[in-house]
Amino acid sequence: MITAECPECGGTITFKSAPILHELIRCPDCGAELEVTKLEPIELALAPTEEEDWGE
Amino acid sequence: MVNVMMKVCMVCSLVRPEEKLLLEAFAKRNVPVDIVDDRTAVFDLEDLSAWKQYDVVIERCVSQSRAQYVQRMLRLAGVKTVNTYEVIENCGDKFITTQLMLQHGVPTARVMMAFTPESALQAIEKIGYPAVLKPVIGSWGRGVVRVNDRDAAEAVVNLRDELGGYQQHIYYIQELVKKPERDIRSFVIGDECVAAIYRTSAHWITNTHLGGKASNCPVTPELAQISVAAGKAVGGGIVAVDLFEDPERGLIVNEVNHTMEFRNSVPATGVDIPGKMVEWIGELVH
Repeated sequence: MITAECPECGGTITFKSAPILHELIRCPDCGAELEVTKLEPIELALAPTEEEDWGE
Repeated sequence: MVNVMMKVCMVCSLVRPEEKLLLEAFAKRNVPVDIVDDRTAVFDLEDLSAWKQYDVVIERCVSQSRAQYVQRMLRLAGVKTVNTYEVIENCGDKFITTQLMLQHGVPTARVMMAFTPESALQAIEKIGYPAVLKPVIGSWGRGVVRVNDRDAAEAVVNLRDELGGYQQHIYYIQELVKKPERDIRSFVIGDECVAAIYRTSAHWITNTHLGGKASNCPVTPELAQISVAAGKAVGGGIVAVDLFEDPERGLIVNEVNHTMEFRNSVPATGVDIPGKMVEWIGELVH
């Protein structure tokens, strides 16, 4: 089982499959949006906040 | 048919569900994809040779400005891209999108432009209340406001006049279309409208980022025709078209999106949108 710690609330995040570098995920405990910043071992950081020109 | 030997690169800012679905679609076809993070990439304009190894570069930047510059640099390098920078520029600026719809005879919502608070108020009064003001560059419903009367219009234009950026002083004023509590988003890949969803919300903004619920919308011949025409008007490629159902005029185009999001649309429609994107990219490279 692949797990990592949420940097916001300290909760444990479980991955169903191996994450991808820079993948965006959401902490199921606190709802924080997180970015996978390192793979081995997995490290998470708060995702960047939305900027003025972000979109589709 | 996807050539497993093709060299594919994806430029992105973050790996959102859409990028992950696309990577999985390539992986299913045994095509490896190099990922370049636009936050760390450095481009030497006199030596872009490293990019020439790719048969195609897929732009999935979350930032409009980065997407534009990256695709222009890749054009300089002579690399095939999805989408092209023309499509990104044409979709990224709402004025240009509207201009192209009008130029190509694609039914679209009525728009007026103005550049000062005084002329903006005149334009709003002419288009009639309620009117919708949108930033020409922006997405996800950000900065989109509805003005129901003169007081609200004065408040909005005066606030925008006080704000520093020049973009605030470009007033793109759209009629509020009398749509049902939903709009339509259709997905166009090349010459085909592959799927569509209704985005339903009691709020007048039906964007799924703001809580709009996605459900399947049948792709009628009329919807396919206007969606493909809108896609062609902005330069082709892979785009998502937002449409209103006007009770008198029928379908009319609102906006066209160049880096489309489809995470909610795959389960709603049952259509393998990322798979179809990858197949089309394979044909493009072939």
